[in-house]
Amino acid sequence: MTLILSDRDHEMQAGAHGPAAKMAMSILVRMAEISGAKELLDISGAHIDSTVYIGDAGLEFAERLASLGAKVSVPTTLNVSGLDEHHWKEWAVPSDWARQAQRQMTAYQSMGTIPTWTCAPYQTEMRPVFGQQIAWGESNAIVFANSVIGARTERYPDLFDVCCAITGRAPAIGLHLTENRAGKLLLNLKEIPEALQVSDDFYPVLGHFLGKAAHDVIPVIAGMKIIPNEDQLKALGAAAASSGAVALFHMVGITPEAPTIEAAFQGNKPQETSNITMDMLRQARRELTHTDNARLDMVVLGSPHFSQAEFKKLAPLVAGKKKSARVKFLVTSSRAMAQLAQQAGFLESLQEFGAQLTVDTCILTTPMLPKEIEFLMTNSAKFAYYAPGLLDKKITFGSLVDCVNSAIAGDIVRDETLWES
Amino acid sequence: MGILVLTGRPVIAGRASGIALVSDQPLSFWGGYDWKSGEITDRRHPLSGMNAKGKILVVPFTRGSSTTTAVLLEAIRAGTAPVAIITTAADFFFALASVVAGELYEKSFPLIALSDLDFGLLRTGDQIEIMEDGNLTSIRKEVT
Repeated sequence: MTLILSDRDHEMQAGAHGPAAKMAMSILVRMAEISGAKELLDISGAHIDSTVYIGDAGLEFAERLASLGAKVSVPTTLNVSGLDEHHWKEWAVPSDWARQAQRQMTAYQSMGTIPTWTCAPYQTEMRPVFGQQIAWGESNAIVFANSVIGARTERYPDLFDVCCAITGRAPAIGLHLTENRAGKLLLNLKEIPEALQVSDDFYPVLGHFLGKAAHDVIPVIAGMKIIPNEDQLKALGAAAASSGAVALFHMVGITPEAPTIEAAFQGNKPQETSNITMDMLRQARRELTHTDNARLDMVVLGSPHFSQAEFKKLAPLVAGKKKSARVKFLVTSSRAMAQLAQQAGFLESLQEFGAQLTVDTCILTTPMLPKEIEFLMTNSAKFAYYAPGLLDKKITFGSLVDCVNSAIAGDIVRDETLWES
Repeated sequence: MGILVLTGRPVIAGRASGIALVSDQPLSFWGGYDWKSGEITDRRHPLSGMNAKGKILVVPFTRGSSTTTAVLLEAIRAGTAPVAIITTAADFFFALASVVAGELYEKSFPLIALSDLDFGLLRTGDQIEIMEDGNLTSIRKEVT
């Protein structure tokens, strides 16, 4: 198969649009050939995940592009950075590490991007619309854009998203194309009580199961008794994109490309059908906890970044209460969401409760936790999935209410009622 | 001794030889690979605790995080990366790391895609040699 480039693509490749566009287009063309694309297509938005500071190679890549005068050609949001720009000194972030992370932030900002510093760009005003062709990095953002909004992006890695943003082009492959968006695997929820489906902790658990069941094929979930909200779908997608490579799921009667089962499969038969039972979900929930120790050092919420609606939900849960002095309670979010929450008056009760707020970054990408913090609790399956490998910490998964109650008690307490029946 | 000769597709062509580290489970490098040492750190992965530096990593595809490419690029720069990777399909994340490493450091690595059937024949400990055309030989010392 031969890749056919437009005149403008050829110009960029030849350097007529500057050396940065040349470098970006050369990587883009090489990857388009590898992935068997017949052509490139126009995108009208991008989200750059490469902002996360990992080490010198990622920084050198960013600074190479920046020094070549790179400018994005479509509206482009930025993912979390390596540090909370204005508050990192309150944590255990080494200053030389912070300097490097700051350089990486500067490099990406110099390209004319929008410094959103969030892993949840769908919570910003740059949220894409149904059918929009975009190039997004960050696995939870990708699965949300495709599944919940119906925008179209492939599962793009770091370093590639910025090449798309600079050139305004992406390979015409995968989930950009209608025919590749059909469901393949039908999963029927079997006798899952409505009371559990209403509960927030159902979604990360379902997502964790989904990622393992689907790997990289497109799953279709049928049998929902209620209509989940966006934050529940966010938690589901983030979990499925962690335990598996899910970049698009359909939920019959709920997500935009799945008004019916037939629509979800684009009229084709499922390649495979199976049930999701309570036993499977209980097992998935157990896998998200890595200790049977009741010790608790810190509660972490906001992976992906806490939304305004989540602040609204948390505020009354903590109002008039105080967390135990031996437990830290951290919420991670974006500047925009934190500001909205502040304006709406949701942050006061959090502060009185003893909660801390961090913006711009993610606890998984910044060395902010001191060593003595070992036992963490979270309501995020994504965080529970990655924290043992990335942070070498012991994790307990629980609902938002479990997290609050545990912080007050000073030890891990979980309400098992919904999971027992 | 057993010798296998397999026909692979060179997603990124090149020559490499090394000891195979094989799993049929996909791997995320973010939270799964310590680029400072080359150790596989995903505690749920069958290869957890093994070191892939200088080895030929054989996994079907990448899982999860879009940061896998960036972590692999760090490993290439630090000299802790596998010398080649074998997958079941042209894995975009691995391929990009090789392409960018070529662009930045002139250090691309071979990436070979095998059929599911051929992939299933490889075992950890096999001595693998990858040719420019994507074909490879795998030598196994019989367990006595």
